[in-house]
Amino acid sequence: MRTEPPGPQHEWLDDAAGPVVRPYTLTGGRVRSAADGFDLVAFVLAGSPTDAADPQLPPEHRRLVELAHRPVPVAELAAELDLAVGVVRVLLGDLLARGLVAVHEPPTAAHLPHDDILKAVVSGLRAL
Amino acid sequence: MDSVRYDRTGAGPRIPLALKILVAGGFGAGKTTLVSALSEVRPLQTEEILTGAGVGTDDLSGVEGKSTTTVAMDFGRITINDDLQLYLFGTPGQDRFWFLWDELAFGALGAVVLADTRRLADCFPSIDYFEQRGIPFVVGVNCFDDARRFDLETVRQALDLDPHVPLVLCDARERQSGKLVLISLVEHVARQRGEPVPAA
Repeated sequence: MRTEPPGPQHEWLDDAAGPVVRPYTLTGGRVRSAADGFDLVAFVLAGSPTDAADPQLPPEHRRLVELAHRPVPVAELAAELDLAVGVVRVLLGDLLARGLVAVHEPPTAAHLPHDDILKAVVSGLRAL
Repeated sequence: MDSVRYDRTGAGPRIPLALKILVAGGFGAGKTTLVSALSEVRPLQTEEILTGAGVGTDDLSGVEGKSTTTVAMDFGRITINDDLQLYLFGTPGQDRFWFLWDELAFGALGAVVLADTRRLADCFPSIDYFEQRGIPFVVGVNCFDDARRFDLETVRQALDLDPHVPLVLCDARERQSGKLVLISLVEHVARQRGEPVPAA
């Protein structure tokens, strides 16, 4: 990825905003995933390990399939690949469309955990 | 949505439940420090991208001249058990990135707002944000070494905090201290639902 010093002409760009990059090269310019969702804590799980060996898959896609052999949240996949979450969402959308991964979205605000889960969190934290 | 809904009864590997907790507060209030102190793994970073092409853009082809930039978000993990994990997300510290908060806050269990008594006003926007959206939060007063000590009631008045919102002193560098802040948050969430967690 290319990094260049932020120019003064751009509203987002200054030292605090970080480097200027071309993160969407990997997605062919696509910014939005083909599928909605992919919460930061949605768990991604790949199907068969042989899927990752598919030579037609671009390397980043393949790496995602490899990492998701066990359930991994979207945020951790992005950190592991050192890619922006937005980019990872587009790649995951591709994999989802090809049936290579399943995505387990977390419960929405209206279905937040039962109280026994909150009790488990408190006792788990106390035991830390 | 065609993705699998949350379901722990299906075949295959069990999918854990991940609960999101936000760590907010002004610049330099100790958000990253708290996430680092509590995380069982080296805190990770994820980035969101801001495109110069603007919000709502689907495709950057043809607008190669537009710049993009990224905002880093720290996050950490606490495993409660095989089925339950907490994810702590430090919110981007600058006001102009508010729109990223909406995504972070979606489905979040609650939030910790870190306050620095030397710059108390810096945490007002965070408090306003969570109050307006009805997201349960606690305020942790990060005790910096060189900060004057105020009693909690004075801080509560200065923050104009509702009486039911927990306000705790903490040291964001200390895991045990951060842990107590998280416990007070989860207890607060449980109380708000009318099912208080019994004291240890």
